[in-house]
Amino acid sequence: MIEFVRNIRLWFAPEQVRREGGTPDYRFSLANERTFLAWLRTALALVGGGFAVDQFLPDLRWGWRVGLALALLAAGVLCALRAVNHWVRCERAMRRGEDLPVSRFPALLGVVVALVAVAMVFVVLVGWDT
Amino acid sequence: MSAGEAAGAPAGPVRDPGLQPERTRLAWRRTTLAATVAAVLAAKSALRDGVSVSGAVGGALCCVLWLGFLALAHRRIRLLAASPEPGAMAPRHAAAAVLVTVALAVCGVGLLL
Repeated sequence: MIEFVRNIRLWFAPEQVRREGGTPDYRFSLANERTFLAWLRTALALVGGGFAVDQFLPDLRWGWRVGLALALLAAGVLCALRAVNHWVRCERAMRRGEDLPVSRFPALLGVVVALVAVAMVFVVLVGWDT
Repeated sequence: MSAGEAAGAPAGPVRDPGLQPERTRLAWRRTTLAATVAAVLAAKSALRDGVSVSGAVGGALCCVLWLGFLALAHRRIRLLAASPEPGAMAPRHAAAAVLVTVALAVCGVGLLL
């Protein structure tokens, strides 16, 4: 978490990233960029899912509907912030010639999505406000 | 690069055999598409309960955010096309794309509550 805060400064300071180490092969940087974009798409899908839950499940109880939508939106925000953080960390690691950073996040997101899916099944079976 | 030269002088500018810039450009396009879907859902959610002031403001904000993302993607794609070996994306650029996503989600929270 502390490292995350320290990295935020790097997001807005390209010269600081560029000062370290050597420039890696441009293809590695582009691959890193595509990974970042894939995570950003995941984040956008989560945000879109939040809007969709709000709109397309109008018969759901207010609490369930808003809770689920907020959870998806929050997951989207988290995913987006983590995407740029991970991108910066990978870029720095490549410049310094270090190992790429490992991350618990994909496993975490997978578990959360699975939990939301189970919650969704539960909600569809029980939560209808009839 | 060297493989292209060995196979005979290429007519146009030197092209990466792995098509990395093109793949990155398409990744930006896909991401723009995802942003469009999210923005359309947001605008629909903003205008669901008829036209209200807060709904109109929220919808307009989502449109502005979408235009912002489009501009970011367009700038990056032009940078990618400008040189045969494009440099890494500026961190500020990545942060701006992420901020648009976060702002869209914040917009959604505002529309929900």
